[in-house]
Amino acid sequence: MSLRTLSTATVVALTGAFALVFFYAPNDADQGFIQKIFYLHVPLAMTALGGFVLGGIFAIQHLRTRRSEWDLRSYVAIHLSLILAIGVLITGSIWARASWGHWWVWDEPTLVSFLIVTLLYATYQPLRFSIEDRGRQARYASVFAVVAGAFVPLNFLAVRLAQPFSHPRVFATANGGLPPKMQLTFYVSLLGMVLLFFTLWRYEMAAKRTRGKLRALKRRLGGDDEISLGRSAAPQV
Amino acid sequence: MNVLGALLRQELRIELRTLESVPGMSLFAVTTFIVFHFGLNRPTLEGDLAAGVLVVTLLFAAMLGVNRLWVADEEQGGFDAVLLAPIDRTQLFVAKAIAMLVYLVVLEVVALPAFAFLLLEPPLRPELLLILGLADVGMAVIGTLVGALAVKTRARDLIGPLLALPLLVPVVIAAAQAARPVLASAHPAGAEAKWLLILGLYDLVFALVAYAVFDPLLED
Repeated sequence: MSLRTLSTATVVALTGAFALVFFYAPNDADQGFIQKIFYLHVPLAMTALGGFVLGGIFAIQHLRTRRSEWDLRSYVAIHLSLILAIGVLITGSIWARASWGHWWVWDEPTLVSFLIVTLLYATYQPLRFSIEDRGRQARYASVFAVVAGAFVPLNFLAVRLAQPFSHPRVFATANGGLPPKMQLTFYVSLLGMVLLFFTLWRYEMAAKRTRGKLRALKRRLGGDDEISLGRSAAPQV
Repeated sequence: MNVLGALLRQELRIELRTLESVPGMSLFAVTTFIVFHFGLNRPTLEGDLAAGVLVVTLLFAAMLGVNRLWVADEEQGGFDAVLLAPIDRTQLFVAKAIAMLVYLVVLEVVALPAFAFLLLEPPLRPELLLILGLADVGMAVIGTLVGALAVKTRARDLIGPLLALPLLVPVVIAAAQAARPVLASAHPAGAEAKWLLILGLYDLVFALVAYAVFDPLLED
């Protein structure tokens, strides 16, 4: 799919999702209007976790083929997911404040495990920055991405078992879960968020590749002195 | 010749000759108990507080060992020697992880009696050994992998714990939850099987993951 089509699809899906959230989905009987943050918070969280695992899968490819292209894919996926993850923590905190009265709730396994995962991935950039050699940096970052990708589901399992449930289990409750109107809104929001992730991922990949080409051209024109790498630990393609 | 045995003997001999890690870790654990005594302002501990203090102290002492574990290999050419030798590199990981496990066990031989003497209200119960043994395997496996990742970075003392602590949170959760009833002074009970199972499963999964991804760390 071309970048233009993907961008259009993202705009349509996200606009549709917001329209459904505000004009179609009913207010929650128990929590009222604030429950609508659910349509932002949960798709963000699912996309971020999916992005982390995706980064791990790309990293496996990098370790197998040793092509820096895969390292770049993994880097961009993790980098974007980390930004989404901070959004998840902020929206989760707002929702917790509104529905339970506290900004942070420790007996809330999903929020806590998300914080642990975010803290782990926050080390990804410092790890890359503190290794000078590009080849080693790529390999070490990939090893990290694989280990952390395996950690994501395990961590959720462990933290969830440790605490009594208080997170809303919206899909599998005794009386059938979400009503159909909410379900539709949720799926459209999730689709919009996943599309947004892939669009941003494609844009950043394009930007990184273009920067690499520009650098190669500059090097041919003016020699190595023309290049200033600046502070970046992104993979060079 | 048995490669794994040779590597392991070498590790333990280096530690015996230099005494770089284990005495420091043990001393750190004992000092931390004293710090906790004053920090919490309690003469004795029991139940979940005792479990938390014990597990967290061992975790931080293990971090000291992790930071030291690969330094000699990096600074004095141990990595190059292993790369030159016609052996499977993953053997080095297994040997290091076993050595780390031995260090942790020795650490506990010192730290547990100190904990019982200084802080613990109920007597030590043998179930604790099983819980700590399983937690040690997790700390050894993850610590060894993370140590190998961190040792080649500029900020090694920083990157190691930053990576290891989040990865070890599930071990801390399961070990502390399992040890809570064992360390209770009123109505002590055995550990819940659920937590031992989680510890064992976590150890197993990370041992396999570490075994699979170790090779690329030693390539240049």
